Amino acid sequence: MGILVDQDTRVIFQGLTGATATRMAERAIASGTRVVGGVTPGKGGSRHLSLPVFDSVAEAVAETRPDATGVFVPPAQAAAAMIEAIEAEIPLVVCVTERVPVLDMVRVKQALAGAKTRIIGPNSYGIITPEACRIGVMPDRPHKPGRIGIASRSATLAYEAVAQTTRVRLGQSTSLGIGGDPVHGLDFVDCLDLFLADPKTAGIVLIGEIGGRAEQDAAAFLEDRRPKKPVVAYVAGMNAPPERRMGHAGTVDLLGQGEAIDKIRALEKAGVIVVESANLIGHAMRQALDGAS
Amino acid sequence: MNLHEHQAKSLLRDFGLPIPQGGVATTPEEASALAQVLGGQGWAVKAQIHAGRRKQAGGVRFADSREAVVEAARELLGRPLVTGQTGREGLLVKSVYVETAAEIEQEIYLAALVDRAAGCLTLIASPTGGEKVEAGLAAGEGLVRLSPDAGMAPRDADFAAMASALGLSGDTAEAAAGVLAAVWKAFLELDASLIELNPLAITKSGALAVLDVKMVLDDNALFRHPELEALRDEDEVDPQEREAHRFEMNYVRLDGDIGLMVTGAGLCLATIDMIKRRGGEPANFMDVRPVASGAQIAEGLRILLRSPRVRVILVNAMGGGILRCDTLAEGVAEAYRTAARKLPIVFRGAGTAKELGEMTLRNQGVPAAVFDDLGEAVDEALRLAKTGAA
Repeated sequence: MGILVDQDTRVIFQGLTGATATRMAERAIASGTRVVGGVTPGKGGSRHLSLPVFDSVAEAVAETRPDATGVFVPPAQAAAAMIEAIEAEIPLVVCVTERVPVLDMVRVKQALAGAKTRIIGPNSYGIITPEACRIGVMPDRPHKPGRIGIASRSATLAYEAVAQTTRVRLGQSTSLGIGGDPVHGLDFVDCLDLFLADPKTAGIVLIGEIGGRAEQDAAAFLEDRRPKKPVVAYVAGMNAPPERRMGHAGTVDLLGQGEAIDKIRALEKAGVIVVESANLIGHAMRQALDGAS
Repeated sequence: MNLHEHQAKSLLRDFGLPIPQGGVATTPEEASALAQVLGGQGWAVKAQIHAGRRKQAGGVRFADSREAVVEAARELLGRPLVTGQTGREGLLVKSVYVETAAEIEQEIYLAALVDRAAGCLTLIASPTGGEKVEAGLAAGEGLVRLSPDAGMAPRDADFAAMASALGLSGDTAEAAAGVLAAVWKAFLELDASLIELNPLAITKSGALAVLDVKMVLDDNALFRHPELEALRDEDEVDPQEREAHRFEMNYVRLDGDIGLMVTGAGLCLATIDMIKRRGGEPANFMDVRPVASGAQIAEGLRILLRSPRVRVILVNAMGGGILRCDTLAEGVAEAYRTAARKLPIVFRGAGTAKELGEMTLRNQGVPAAVFDDLGEAVDEALRLAKTGAA
């Protein structure tokens, strides 16, 4: 169980023969993920990690019928790789690539319109349903199968939440990184919707940060739904240096680039338990679940 | 990558934007010569630094004689200019831009940027530009956007509708629609992340003139534009930030005494939040990218060890699937062993290879205070910053 990926999910890796992809595919296989093949243009017909390698996503789809693909290609090729996967109608695309040009992601979003594919990332640590399926660059330790759904913009803060929810013996149903880039695929609202519908998930952790409106959108969604499952959130950047806060905001904060305090207020108003420090996430979730039962 | 005004104007002129004639001067004499070549009765002399709010800070001068141009250039050049966007020390003015002054009837604000929620490029404008723009927009006055229905393929009619929504008509509206289309095209072709014209002036004769430009290019897309890389002005970046960048770190200098090295930007922000909440002051933001090697991490730590204001270093190492705690510890140990100045180090390890990381520090003789819990590690760093001794 968990969301989007489980022990039955068939996975390919785009860029499988690269160094990081190879290590992460090995780790995925070792922890039970059903990796069925890979794509590296020019290396079609060969085998890597005992898996068949294809020249194109279309060929890989025809031969291996994947449910998901992990995109582990350099930034210059990332958009084309994602679009190839969208056109081949793979249901889930997980892109870990960092430093993808923002206009390339705009083009990917255009290609996504009307398609059935969901995209996680880019600049995401990936997605993991512990001991069932992992597509990404996260550590195996300290994940444990369990009841908490985690969605995060930041990788290492998510690992922090994973370690804490493991320590308080709750474990994780699924943890996924929505990615740190301004334009990306799945958002907090999509994750909340999926976690609320997942019977295995008893509580949800959201980890946000300054910039954008993803946290405010999540708050609006929760205000509307008022779920019974507790939602614990942490928003990083209350004291962010101005250079980090401003980013490319220009003279004027035109589109509401998002201060931490506004996000925290919106989430609290929607009934979310917002912790003031990142080390309190697991404890807050434990308390919320104990109080609720 | 931030561009100087004169660089942005030179790029945008090629897209047909109405940009007054001008040039760059590094001495008062050059400024005077430029004014003569440009001709006319009035000139603007503008400090070239990577920061806005120059006008309010006296960084933009108007001159009605060549003597006044020389005087303005002499006052601006070779001195730091402090604006609302530079920080206390300001930025050194190495050059001025001298351009023909325009007689302004109205000032329009125009920006092109990516709407992250919609995943789409957009244009935003206000009929109240110039210095008044922030007040105007805060009051919600007259903000005009390109129709979201245009998506990524706006037509001439969409640009014309936007010009008309700005309250323009006739030839001025037609020229403004042309400016909108040109800005859109330039953004896409140059892989910008921001193009801001403020003001886009309407002159007394009804013509348009781009008086100031702020332009930022997408660093992640520079591989497509090797020719634009030459526009980078390294002097505008803090030397330590520049150095850290070479070693796969994102670094921002702060004013406190607790040096920070953290795996990941979000976790680093979270660590700063914890320090501030407990009454401490971080000396920096430092996010180690997962691809950093042990040798690069050592160089990053040396930046902290060399900073006179740093009294203690907190290393918050969350080992991931790529960057492991032991790699980080190797780098820390290498820098510490060879450092002239030893500082107390607090090491908080978690995740991949945590124990190996801690063992590396022990075996290599780094007397670090080691913690599992982030809260306890932050408390110890605060205590050491206060007492200055381990």
